[in-house]
Amino acid sequence: MDSLVIDIAVLVLAGFVGFAVISKVPNTLHTPLMSGTNAIHGIVVLGGLLLMSEANGILEQIVLVIAVAFGTINVVGGFLVTDRMLGMFKSKPDPVTAEPDDAKDPEAAA
Amino acid sequence: MLAAGTIFLQTTNFIDACYIVAFGLMIYGMSGLTGPRTAVRGNQTAAVGMAVAVIATLLRKGEFHGSATVWLIVAGVVIGAVIGVPAARNVKMTAMPQMVALFNGVGGGAVALIAWVEYRHAFTHGGGSPWALRVMIFELFGAIVGSISFWGSGIAFGKLQEILPGRPIKLPGRAQSVLNLVLLVAAVGSAVVLCAGTHSQLLFIVGILVVAAALGNMLVLPIGGADMPVVISLLNAFTGLSAAATGVALSNPVMIVAGMIVGASGTILTDQMAKAMNRSVPAIVAGGFGGAVAAPAAGAGQTEGQTVRSTSAADVAIQLSYARQVVVAPGYGMAVAQAQHAVRELERALEAKGVEVKYAIHPVAGRMPGHMNVLLAEADVPYDLLREMDDINPEFSRTDVTLVIGANDVTNPAANNEPGSPIYGMPILEVDRSAAVIVLKRSMASGFAGIDNPLFYDPKTSLLFGDAKASVSEITSEVQAL
Repeated sequence: MDSLVIDIAVLVLAGFVGFAVISKVPNTLHTPLMSGTNAIHGIVVLGGLLLMSEANGILEQIVLVIAVAFGTINVVGGFLVTDRMLGMFKSKPDPVTAEPDDAKDPEAAA
Repeated sequence: MLAAGTIFLQTTNFIDACYIVAFGLMIYGMSGLTGPRTAVRGNQTAAVGMAVAVIATLLRKGEFHGSATVWLIVAGVVIGAVIGVPAARNVKMTAMPQMVALFNGVGGGAVALIAWVEYRHAFTHGGGSPWALRVMIFELFGAIVGSISFWGSGIAFGKLQEILPGRPIKLPGRAQSVLNLVLLVAAVGSAVVLCAGTHSQLLFIVGILVVAAALGNMLVLPIGGADMPVVISLLNAFTGLSAAATGVALSNPVMIVAGMIVGASGTILTDQMAKAMNRSVPAIVAGGFGGAVAAPAAGAGQTEGQTVRSTSAADVAIQLSYARQVVVAPGYGMAVAQAQHAVRELERALEAKGVEVKYAIHPVAGRMPGHMNVLLAEADVPYDLLREMDDINPEFSRTDVTLVIGANDVTNPAANNEPGSPIYGMPILEVDRSAAVIVLKRSMASGFAGIDNPLFYDPKTSLLFGDAKASVSEITSEVQAL
């Protein structure tokens, strides 16, 4: 099969995977999800890395350095911000489950 | 031995295998982000996937062809890290929406710049061949959408950071929609001409990048701040799609998969948000996001001449302390005033007096979905006190006092009972069903949608003017003194 056809097939299937994976996110996590997916499209940085060795002339080099810098900001910033947001959710003791009590009881008995 | 190992690492098969591992990790990571327990791990897993993809790309044979390449890559990564890391580490939680807009924008910008370089290459390496033509369609799509996303996100950032006015800026009547349509046709037309074999870098820069930039500005400028969550989400999906298109042009599987996942998830988020505001995504896009703009006149006319009741912190403290159940309905005003910690203290003070306190979270309160959840989580408010709209609405009739902190449009009863209102039909927090309502506001200015709120003129509503944080702190000390 033509490689372009395969690429488009991958494109379409990935779209369905995206829908399937993400369609059931609780409201609470919408902001971190947006931020996390935002970091993932920083994958464009690969485009800059792939083309850099083929850059002809100073103009293309400057444009690609900017592109790589933009992509890096997107990736690094995106993941860090998401991690900070989620960290705040995690740091709280979970009031719903009674796990800590259950875990402590056997110890106390011993 | 070492040389043999290096050669193995550089084989296309090994690198492709790394790419598959990389997008596998990203998909697994994203699925983790759908639950609070697995979210932190999920985000980290996706980040590892990203790192694998980057390292595999750098291993590629010929990646460092040319003496300057390695330094150029280092320069790009270092500049990006120096800007991105401190920005992400130091940003206040309240400024998160603009940060996401900014990160999204630079991603789109990267796509557009890469497409430009690719376009130049399409001609130096055998331009005009059928292969180049087919790939060029994806390049041009990436260039247009990436450029729209870059400039649109810039405007969104400006509005949220309040560098630009939050109110809609648009041409009168249908002119805006017509202009947007003309720009879209110009960009697509340029793309068709370029695909037809015209070799013109000028046309690429002006017809694609500049026109798309103008379109990005024109799409977002007419949108009021209330719609910003939808816009950021939509632009997020755009950037994802443009990244996927670049992936097809470069025949890079991990870019295709990662970009497309973002495109799909961003679309779902956009759709969910639009539904929460009782609009459809196509209508928003076609209407130039202008739906709520014509509103103020209609709403203002009905409430003109009515009076509001203002109250004092001491009175509010008494009302709250003798209530059985108090519901706090926070909005963007709480975020602006950084009042979440003060609110948490007030909640504790009231709980100490035996008052039951809950939080009513509207899905689009603030400027991003889940915005309020993040802020209240930062202030250590327990999860189980945060109630979503559908859970809390039946409870308002049993609530003695509802405290509205800097929320406006999401509590506007016009959405339920004024068919002429532009937000009619939007699901709201039905705070007007509670026995008494106290609204904390900076001034009588209308909300971000620019619509007057009949809630303020309701006889059982009293308003406490001032900075939300100062007001809440004052109420707290009055409660503690009682």
